[in-house]
Amino acid sequence: MMNGVDAELTDAELVARCRNGNDECWRQLVERYSRYVYAISVQAFRLPESDADDVFQEVFARAYEHLDKLRDDAALRPWLAQLTRRLCIDTLRSGSREQPAGEDIEPEGVDDTIEQIDEALAVHEAMRTLPDHCAEILDRFFARDESYRTIGEALELPSGTVASRISRCLTRLRGELEGEGRNAAPAQSGGWR
Amino acid sequence: MSTHDEERIADLLRLLRPAPEAWVRAAQEIPLASRGFDDVVERARADDRFRRALIADLEAALAAEGYEPDPRLIEALRRQLPAE
Repeated sequence: MMNGVDAELTDAELVARCRNGNDECWRQLVERYSRYVYAISVQAFRLPESDADDVFQEVFARAYEHLDKLRDDAALRPWLAQLTRRLCIDTLRSGSREQPAGEDIEPEGVDDTIEQIDEALAVHEAMRTLPDHCAEILDRFFARDESYRTIGEALELPSGTVASRISRCLTRLRGELEGEGRNAAPAQSGGWR
Repeated sequence: MSTHDEERIADLLRLLRPAPEAWVRAAQEIPLASRGFDDVVERARADDRFRRALIADLEAALAAEGYEPDPRLIEALRRQLPAE
């Protein structure tokens, strides 16, 4: 359980509960997809942070407002991706008045980057099956860019242990992705996905 | 994912960096702002004095009635009020 909500709820379950006014589920939905929406706007569309902030808030505001229009509750991810993409394009358009009509305003390689972001989300999904200490250390090192020293201080571990644990956890994650760890016990609380 | 070498996994993990905490918090509070909006609109429909106060000075009228000055709420009300 996480903040009173089952962290293992599927997207469809989460959406259904949000529709019924469950604020805690809404909080979890935002937590679950915050990195995804952020990555599309900043990595795929290369928006500056100020524009990305506007897009981020607008994506979730519209998602909340139109949750009842989502035809398939399990299709939350592609719906959010599409919403984010559309808002990023609007933002680029509004900031580029000299863009010739019909000219493609999307940065080169957007589709490839979004494909990679989708893949990254699947990797994060797999991290939820790892023990908590693995998910945390991999997240701190790779996604949060923390040094061995910072991680060591936060987790009260020597730097050498941090390095070896990262390596072990990465191998374990690889195993999960390749289906080797299907019978492994799920993490008690993923914290994020 | 077709291949799973560890370098590739590491690159993918780097792609999903955390969004700034303040952004996430603001998005998580959308339902609260939304409820404030419905409440204000309903009151403005029922109470002509409150409605006139909102049109005259939206932020001051909200503050006087104890509403949090949420920018999204204020923006939504600005859009809504002339149509009311």
